[in-house]
Amino acid sequence: MENIKRVYLDHSATTPVDPRVLKKMLPYFGEVFGNANSQHSFGQATNIAVDEARRKVADVFNVKPNEIYFTSGGTEADNWALKGLGKSNKGRTEIITSKIEHDAILKTAKQLQEQGISVKYLSVDEYGQVSPDELKKMISDKTALVSVMLANNEVGTIQPIKELASIAKAHGALFHTDAVQAVGSIDVKPKELGVDMMSVSGHKFYGPKGVGILYVRGGVKLENRLITGGFQERTMRGGTTNVPLVVGFAESLFLAVNEMGKNSAKIQELRDYFVKEVESKISHVILNGHRENRLPQNTNFSFEFIEGEGLLFGLDMFGIACSSGSACSSGSLEPSHVLLAMGFSHERAHGSIRFSLGKHTTKSEIDYTVNSLHKVCKKLRDLSPLYAQYNASQQNDLHRASAKRMV
Amino acid sequence: MYTSKVIDEFKNPRNVGEMEDATALGVVGGAECGDIMNMYLKIENDVIVDASFLTYGCAAAIATSSVATDMIKGKTIEEALKVTNKQVIEHLGGLPAQKIHCSVMAEESIKAAIDDYRANKAKAQ
Repeated sequence: MENIKRVYLDHSATTPVDPRVLKKMLPYFGEVFGNANSQHSFGQATNIAVDEARRKVADVFNVKPNEIYFTSGGTEADNWALKGLGKSNKGRTEIITSKIEHDAILKTAKQLQEQGISVKYLSVDEYGQVSPDELKKMISDKTALVSVMLANNEVGTIQPIKELASIAKAHGALFHTDAVQAVGSIDVKPKELGVDMMSVSGHKFYGPKGVGILYVRGGVKLENRLITGGFQERTMRGGTTNVPLVVGFAESLFLAVNEMGKNSAKIQELRDYFVKEVESKISHVILNGHRENRLPQNTNFSFEFIEGEGLLFGLDMFGIACSSGSACSSGSLEPSHVLLAMGFSHERAHGSIRFSLGKHTTKSEIDYTVNSLHKVCKKLRDLSPLYAQYNASQQNDLHRASAKRMV
Repeated sequence: MYTSKVIDEFKNPRNVGEMEDATALGVVGGAECGDIMNMYLKIENDVIVDASFLTYGCAAAIATSSVATDMIKGKTIEEALKVTNKQVIEHLGGLPAQKIHCSVMAEESIKAAIDDYRANKAKAQ
């Protein structure tokens, strides 16, 4: 059977650019091409576009334009938030983050650790949630920065950022949140959350890849530049401003947040339907993450006796795109660090699959996916020694039970 | 990325299933590592007359199991012991670097099954 459909359920990985966004971007590839730093009229034209984009972003987040720094994406923003403070932050030499952060945070934290900065990691409960009480115990007057993601990319769990940020503030530490997965799905306002820095990436909400922002609250001084060079981004980040991307970022953010109420409600309804269907039609399936307190687009299941990458490729044959927390798909030896941090076995972590819905996902796509999932699970379980073992033990139990009855 | 041969073997794996009358079983890997290969062999007069497998693992693990069981059918155990992971890779038209271990598991499961056969034989004598 060849692909009769193509179903994209990997919106947490990336999304297609909204045509309205593309339309806004196009002139800046050719027609309006000046270097935004040039003084002539060509430069002024793009300079105005960048200013407008920055204002648009600031308005969406209800912050000031000079609190917005354009970056090459979420990864750069995360790197900068951690590395930018430097060692000079009032003699504070410690960073606190969580075990379930994106690699953009975890690997940066590891690098800082190697350079002599102390890093502590908050654990999570079985739902993937950080505990404010643990932060209270961990934080000290040595803590320079606390960085906890707003919502997790694998299981979608939403963190109690407001509470965590106020604990940081009470101890004189700064607070950064990686909001890459959350913006465009749920309401995010840095000031209401009380965060000092926030990372956002454009391509998660139908904007272009390669552009994001770091919000830095006025009054917070980043000591270190990641990219030294010209005077761009108020001298804090060198490199000719990528005008079409910046314009596209602002437009996609504006549209995503404006249309969020309508889209997120529809996505969540479909997601809940999907979960219900999977749980009722496929055996030995476990929902990973919190049932309610999660991003509307996210589902994450572990299918027992099956390894995630096999399932991913099995679904790919039906034209369905999803994402796996299996070590095998990432090339690392460890399976999903998020599921392991939630206290689950390697086996459960290896078998985890994330489906992330988008604004164009339809009910018939969900039905097709559940149907295909059923077929692929059956096929892979028929191949699985773990399933054979399970069936054999069930048989034994049955024999034992009937032997008992006969006595 | 996988070659079309790997995808093909994964899509339509050969020699799947537990073998009722197997004379040897080779088990390698563990759920911890995300890969388990069970290889069943039916050996008569030191010739592998049938081979089958059950595998928990990624697409490459399933494809290498399929190819390896096919490669050793009809071979003497001495010949089967000479099957290397490189040959398994060649049969698949290549494997991504991080999947080489799947071919190693396929080679090891053949060896483990033949070890099992020899141990059973020694016990019987």
